[in-house]
Formats: sequence, C-alpha cells, structure tokens
Amino acid sequence: MSVFIDDSTRLVVQGITGRDGSFHAKQMIEYGTKVVAGVTPGKGGQRFETGVPIFNTVVDAVRETQANTTVIYVPPPFAADAMMEAADAGLSLIVCITEGVPVLDMTRVYPYVKARGARLIGPNCPGLISPGSSKVGIIPGRICAPGPIGLVSRSGTLTYEVVYHLTRAGLGQTTCVGIGGDPINGTNFIDCLDAFERDPATKAVVMIGEIGGTDEQDAARFVKDTMKKPVVGFIAGQTAPPGRRMGHAGAIISGSAGTAAEKIAAFEDAGMGVAKRPIDVVDLVRQRAR
Amino acid sequence: MNIHEYQAKEIFRTHGIPIPPGGVATTPAEAEALARRYASTVVVKAQVHAGGRGKAGGVKLAKTPEETRDIAAKILGMHIKGLTVHKVLVTPAADIATEAYVGIIVDRASKRAVFMVSPAGGIDIEEVAAKTPDKIMRLPVDPVYGLLPFQALQMGLFLYADIKQARAAAKIMQQLYAAFWASGASLAEINPLVTTPSGDVVALDAKMVIDDNELDRRPELALLRDETAEDPAEVRAREAGLTFIKLDGNVGCVVNGAGLAMATMDLVKYYGGEPANFLDIGGSSNPDKVVAALQIITSDPHVRAILFNIFGGITRTDDVANGIVTATKASPLRVPIVIRLTGTNEEVAVKILQEHGFSAMTEMDAAVQRAVELATAGARA
Repeated sequence: MSVFIDDSTRLVVQGITGRDGSFHAKQMIEYGTKVVAGVTPGKGGQRFETGVPIFNTVVDAVRETQANTTVIYVPPPFAADAMMEAADAGLSLIVCITEGVPVLDMTRVYPYVKARGARLIGPNCPGLISPGSSKVGIIPGRICAPGPIGLVSRSGTLTYEVVYHLTRAGLGQTTCVGIGGDPINGTNFIDCLDAFERDPATKAVVMIGEIGGTDEQDAARFVKDTMKKPVVGFIAGQTAPPGRRMGHAGAIISGSAGTAAEKIAAFEDAGMGVAKRPIDVVDLVRQRAR
Repeated sequence: MNIHEYQAKEIFRTHGIPIPPGGVATTPAEAEALARRYASTVVVKAQVHAGGRGKAGGVKLAKTPEETRDIAAKILGMHIKGLTVHKVLVTPAADIATEAYVGIIVDRASKRAVFMVSPAGGIDIEEVAAKTPDKIMRLPVDPVYGLLPFQALQMGLFLYADIKQARAAAKIMQQLYAAFWASGASLAEINPLVTTPSGDVVALDAKMVIDDNELDRRPELALLRDETAEDPAEVRAREAGLTFIKLDGNVGCVVNGAGLAMATMDLVKYYGGEPANFLDIGGSSNPDKVVAALQIITSDPHVRAILFNIFGGITRTDDVANGIVTATKASPLRVPIVIRLTGTNEEVAVKILQEHGFSAMTEMDAAVQRAVELATAGARA
C-alpha cells in the first residue's frame, strides 16, 4: 500500500520533449511507472523515444489513454497554465516539478485546481515515489526501498539524505512525498499526514520541514489532535539568518516568524520525536515504530 | 528582488498614486542642486536595501541647499547594516497631520494577496501587529475579482473618519493593488500614508519587493536591479546560477539543494563550528558552477576550511569532482578542503578526486566533523 500513487497510476508527462522532461520520463519508465502519454504542443501525433504517444493537449492525452495523473516539467512562465490545463482535463493528481513559478501565478492556480477537485503536489518539488510500485518526479529510485515508513518533506536532496539513512537501516518506505519549497503549494504537510494516517501499510511517518511559514506548526497541531501513528520530525535552517531567502522561495524567516526554534518547539509540544541531525531520524523511528 | 524607494515611487506614480516630487543624487552637489530646485526644506533619504534607515541616521531634514549638500555628504558612503549608500533621494518635506500604514503581501496561509492597513503608521508594522492587533485590518483579495471598490472603501474608512479622505485612500489602495500585480511584487508598502494639514492624502514612502521568479518574463523589471546596492559576492553567485548568502563563520559550505545546504550549516554548528555561508549549487550538474562556487568561497578571508556536501540525484558527482579539480588547478587552495559525495556516478567521482590528490568521504556527519576540526585548527594557527 501507499499514498497518492500506486500500480494504478497512469501518467502523462507534460513537457516530455524538453531536456528535463525527456530525461526523467525515461527514468520513470525504467522504474516501472506506467507512463501512458506525453504532451508537447506542436508535437502531437509523434512518439517519444520509448514509443509513448505525444499529444498537443492534456485533454487529448486523457481521452486517448485514460491517464489519471500528470507530472509537469515545463519552464516556469508556462507552468501555471500547464497546471490549470491538467486540472481542466480532469486529472486527479497533478505533480509540478518546475522551480521558479511566480507566486502570484500560484494565487490563481491554487483555487482553480481546488475547484476542479484535483490534488496538486508542488510546484518546486521532487515529486513522489511509492518504492517498488511507481515513481512520479525525480526522486532517485535506488535510494528507496519498500517498507512501512511514510515520508513527507519540503526539500529535495535533504529528503534523499534522510531516505538514504532509512533504507540503509532497513526501514523502507510506503511513499516519499516532496511537497516543495515554495510559499504557495498545492499539498501541505497535513494533507500528507492525513493520507499516511489512513494508509494501513504506513506504520510511522517522518516529516522534514524548514524555516518559513507556519505549515510545520499547523502540522504539529494535527499530529497532537488527530494522529495515532508515531511521527518523527526534522527542521532545517536553525542557523539561517532572518530576512534572507535560503534558496527555496518559501524558506525565509519574516521578522520573527517562521524560525526553526518555534517549529521544533511545536513538534516537541505535539510529542513528536525531533531529530537534531538527519541521521538521528533512524533511531527515533526505530524507538517509536517498533 | 529589492528595489529602491525612488524606483518604487516611480512605479506607484505611473499608477496614479499621489507622491511628492523627488530626485536622486549620487553626489553632494547633485543633492544641493535638487534642494535649490524645490526651494523648500527637504528630506535627504539614503537609498539602500535595508530597513531602519531612519534609526541608522540615513534620513535627515535639511533647511537650506547648503545644509542639503553637507547632509548628503554624510549619508553618501555611510554603511547601513553592512551595505554602502551610493544614492540619496531628495524630496520636499511635507507637513504631516496623521500617519497611516498600507501594505500588500502574499500570505502563505490564505494563499492570496492580503492587504494590511493601520491608522498607526510610520513605525514598524510588526510591532503594531504584536502590541495592538486591533489597530490592523487584514483583507485577503480574491485573485479572480481583484480588489473590489467596496473593500477598498472599507479599508479607507478604517483609516479615516472623514469620507473624503477615506475615498482618497480607497483610490490609492486600488492603485497600489494594480501596481502590485503589474510588477509581479511579493510586497508593496506605503509607510507612511499621510494626511496633510489641508486634508490631502499622500504617500511619503514606498517599498516594493519583486518576486525573483517574475524577472525572466519581465525584463523591464530586471533592469531595476541595482547591483552596487548588493553584496558583490552575492551578485557574482547569482550570475553563476548559484544561491549564496554570506554568514559570519569560518567553514565555507558548498552543497547541492537548499534543504541539504541548510541542514549542512546546522550540522556545522552542531559539531561546534560556524558556517561561513549558505551556498546551493542547484540541481543540475555543471563543473563551471563548482568552479564559481569555489572562487566565491575562497574570496572570503575568514574561511578556514571548505566543505563540499553533495548528494547526487540529478547532480552528477563526477561533474562536481571535475569542477573541484579545474578550480584548484587554476588557483591552488590556501585552506584545507573536505569533500563528501555520494550518489550518481560516485565511483567515477572518487577516482577523479584521488587521481588529483583529493580524498572523498561518503558520510555527511564525518565530513562535517572533519571540516569543523580543520577550521578550528586553522583559526588557532
């Protein structure tokens, strides 16, 4: 079992003929993901190098291939339109990898997607992987293994670091979800925690947050009030100066709000295990998951 | 991207917001000439990307053109929060009856642009929010409909009892919202919005932050960037496609990915060291980026050890290794280097490094500990 994606995932790749889109389409196919269509306007009717059919529009791709999920690799100025096109075509899961989507675009995309009942993950995220079954995005498959841990994170490579430790310690994953580092994203920590809480295969959850905003604090309250499964957390950015964007558009301490200290305090208040170092996640999960 | 007050004022003026005239001077003589033109008491304001300009002595009244020259001479070249002042804005001083605050930010929680207005203007709005939250009105704007006239008037009436002034403020808010959207801003602020003794409503200050993600599709906004107002190393990093933020420590960090870069800094601190910087070489691998990163880090005289922490996913670790070799051939390092890399093409990378006399580690904790030890020993020597 897993959350959001599994063997029934039928994937469209928007931007399949671009540099990133073509590289990762091949990686996903190699991993076993059912990539059923690509979309590049102007290249409809052609085939991707692996034989996957390419369409001009998402709605065409859905009609012809019964796709239910899309992953977006189009450049930032066109990403908002791509997300809305996917929602309009009726896809239930939209994963946007693109980094650099203007935040005002996202203020329009978010309600549009929501109104059409789709789940958006990202933008500016590594996507998600249900080890052994399906991968949508760019998380390296070889560092993951199937198992009972659910993982959700705002980061990319920091996620890999933690997954790498978990896998080496024999703690495989149901699903790893990267929700992205932008200030406005489609899916937040609570959405993922809720999904993991409902997933019978997930026995414990790892949540990797960072400075900026209040998503982690809200999630801690959810853990305290609602969750029965153990949750272990890590927060990056304890040494980050206020007022500076730390790489991710959303990783910024505004005034005195969004610090690592307040997030860690919220985690502790919720009774979560709080890792001081990425590697400490392993022992905390072991202690709590049993 | 931060822009200067005078630039934000120009944008606001094009949207019709009433703003007193003003001119920019880069020398005391230019400032004096501006004061002569306005023939009144003027305010000389440092144009620098830092808050608290007034407290730092960067905003001063001048009664005569001569005094304007002297004050400009003091403010130009002044350092405010580590940044040098290269420009001053000279503007006629206004008579002020009341001061209010009007701002728009992108709010993460409601995922919308949100107005914040307060009749307690002129000071730090965070302080007002903390001490007297009832003096702030928040209004999220639906991106589909924009700011509706009745909403603008509600905010105007929150600021002013006088209906004429409330209407004038409402109009300014509509104009500010238009400027905010047209410029792809993440923040637009008027602090203070004042009333004059004769009853006019006027914007005396202007602040705007442009979303960096807008600059590619809006080249006219990218032209507003003032590189002389930024840290030179950060400018160089941006040109090389890196994200770099200078800090005060002595362990120089080169990492791929923002989250891992922050976690690396934190781990340096955990093991008793202090990070010299945040540096993210980004996702795609490119030896040139590594070369640029090393140049930037080694130009900081406080750096006593360099730490690479690379988790190869899309980033190919052999590209990073090649970058390290190229950069150190061009200019040999004067401080020790610790390299941790794992992931994509790790075996090739380790071989490249070994052939050139470098050793590579695979564990983040061990590498950070080693870098901290070397930096501490280097600082003692």
